[in-house]
Amino acid sequence: MTFKIIAAATAASVLAFAAHAQDRTEIQFWHAMGGALGERVDQFATDFNAMQDTYEVVAVYQGNYTETMTAAIAAFRAGQQPHIVQVFEVGTATMMSAAENGAVYPVHQLMEDTGTAFDEANYIPAVISYYSDTDGNLLSLPFNSSTPVLWYNRTLFEENGLEVPTTWDEVIEVSRALKDAGVASPFGMGWQSWTQIETFSAWHDLQIGTLENGFGGLETELTINNPGVVNHIQRLADMADEGLFTYGGRRGDSAPMFVNGDTAMWINSSAYYGDFVRDITEFEFGIAPLPLDTDLRDAPQNSIIGGATLWVLQGGETVEYQGVAEFLAFLSSAEQQADWAGSTGYVPITTESYELMTEQGFFEENPGTDTAIIQLSLNEPTANSRGLRFGNFVQIRDIINEELESVWSGQATAEEALNAAVQRGNAELRRFEAAN
Amino acid sequence: MQKRVVFRNRWLPYMLVAPQIAVTLVFFIWPSYRALETSLFIEDAFGFSRQFVWFDNFTALFADPSYIASFGRTLLFGLSVTALSMGIALALAVAANRVIHTATAYRTFLIWPYAVAPALAGVLWFFMMNPTVGIVAWWLEQWFGYDWNHYVNGNQAMIMVTIAAAWKQISYNFLFFLAGLQSIPKSLIEAAAIDRAGPVRRFWTIVFPLLAPTTFFLLVVNLVYAFFDTFAIIHATTSGGPADATSILIYKVFATGFLGQDYGSSAAQSVILMIMVIGMTIVQFRYIDRRVNY
Repeated sequence: MTFKIIAAATAASVLAFAAHAQDRTEIQFWHAMGGALGERVDQFATDFNAMQDTYEVVAVYQGNYTETMTAAIAAFRAGQQPHIVQVFEVGTATMMSAAENGAVYPVHQLMEDTGTAFDEANYIPAVISYYSDTDGNLLSLPFNSSTPVLWYNRTLFEENGLEVPTTWDEVIEVSRALKDAGVASPFGMGWQSWTQIETFSAWHDLQIGTLENGFGGLETELTINNPGVVNHIQRLADMADEGLFTYGGRRGDSAPMFVNGDTAMWINSSAYYGDFVRDITEFEFGIAPLPLDTDLRDAPQNSIIGGATLWVLQGGETVEYQGVAEFLAFLSSAEQQADWAGSTGYVPITTESYELMTEQGFFEENPGTDTAIIQLSLNEPTANSRGLRFGNFVQIRDIINEELESVWSGQATAEEALNAAVQRGNAELRRFEAAN
Repeated sequence: MQKRVVFRNRWLPYMLVAPQIAVTLVFFIWPSYRALETSLFIEDAFGFSRQFVWFDNFTALFADPSYIASFGRTLLFGLSVTALSMGIALALAVAANRVIHTATAYRTFLIWPYAVAPALAGVLWFFMMNPTVGIVAWWLEQWFGYDWNHYVNGNQAMIMVTIAAAWKQISYNFLFFLAGLQSIPKSLIEAAAIDRAGPVRRFWTIVFPLLAPTTFFLLVVNLVYAFFDTFAIIHATTSGGPADATSILIYKVFATGFLGQDYGSSAAQSVILMIMVIGMTIVQFRYIDRRVNY
């Protein structure tokens, strides 16, 4: 008898649970944020689910950026795609051509169709220009955007009475002084293609590729073997010869050199903020704007973003897209963005959230944390500085990595390496053109 | 007199082999056919457009100097990994074979690394050899004044992935060598010892030739492992760098297809690998196998 009651109760509760789950429209959200960032993303979903009872956002971690993108594409080909997928900026051209074929639900259209309040003017221009079509319509929602900044070891600078460099000539001078003071490798950087070629070009208003850096069409060709970039790479190579710069690997592999004090100036993403706050205990670090090459320009243009955006994939029900739109609106709300940007070092993507952070006194309490957003909104982006859109850019970044590494190891000069990178990169662009 | 069993039912024999044939078709023939087919097309990532381009994917590969260079690199890597892992495993097996006390414990410990996943093995060595925080890099610097930075130096990067790949395979080879050693009749060795042959001479004239079948088997397995099973180690440590120094053929297949979503080129590369495996297997079984006495 007791058994029957328990069984009945269990069955009833299972049914109730199932009914409850069915009440809510499920929205699949695939993302690439592991660790602490991943927990924060889950929190977004939990908060959104608690706020309303119509939709249930299911956030699924799918591995790193490339793995997430590959998984989403495979799922799409099998007709099992998620509603929202996080794609890094390098995959933009691939997603863009998918958009032309109707695989993507452009964000501006989604917001219009669902009648969700959405004002593109509220977003920071340098952030959304990267992800807009040629008519200026936003295709994907910027989620985690960062930009390269100059991280420096404030304690070491103060001990040696040094000023933070603002030009590359000063970077070399300061590096020599630090070297004399016993710093093993004063200068360092990571994500070399993004920080030293793409952002360097935007910062100095140099063209990265023809046809508006690829925004204008698939027939684009790379132009990164121009004298401005060649001189810059050669300068870094000379610094390496002099012992002022040690190459510490791709992506953020050289971060430990900055954390343990071997490197005193490090150019990489502003999104290292969260990690550095946690990991750096033995000295004070500071954030400064990127140095300027005064031979090229008198003042910087603007820096470009990295990171990822949320793409909405087609193939779901209308009611589901209503929920997707509400979730995206929730993510870009000022409170959510301010909290996200404050804890991670990513850039707040709307002016509202930036103002909210200013009001809360975040930038005042943490000097330098507004460097990224200042750099991004320094000037109205030009055709050279709004970003880039190249197909097969995952491979092209690797080609650039390989060629730059041959410079750091002394196998090639900057000019030889960049010529080779352009030649090999253009071959990839032609393959992409043929495929799309 | 030979006894023949004849199936009465015409269909029964086919039914009996059908599961095996189905497995082969679904898991081997079909994917291979798809790879062959895809290698003749250029397609976009989402699969909207697909163009037949004959052998363009192949000509593009062979026009790329970095792809050609990858052959030599793969060969060097494969041979080094095989020689290193088999050499060390054999030495350890011979040593373990002579241990009398707590022999089982020794053997168990030596087998452990095999349980480590390739990517983990890579990361493990990557941390130990990391120029900034690695203990091995620090030792080299402190004791020998040797500047280790596999981020810049391609040869050092190659040495690192070779060691990581070989280390992982030592246990497997050890297991087979030990079993091989234990199956060698004691009487032969004792007879040689009575004839005053020393341990080294006994090893080269009796043990090593009798181990030949095991060695041959391991040679095939290790080469296949080094050529086709090691991309996880490279993916987790060097990503093929610096300057392409550790990008072996199988890593290129993975990087082009799974990271770059260029399925046509990736398929063409796997077809080339497929041809290489077929060639390698033929050479091994036709020429080397004949010299091995089972």
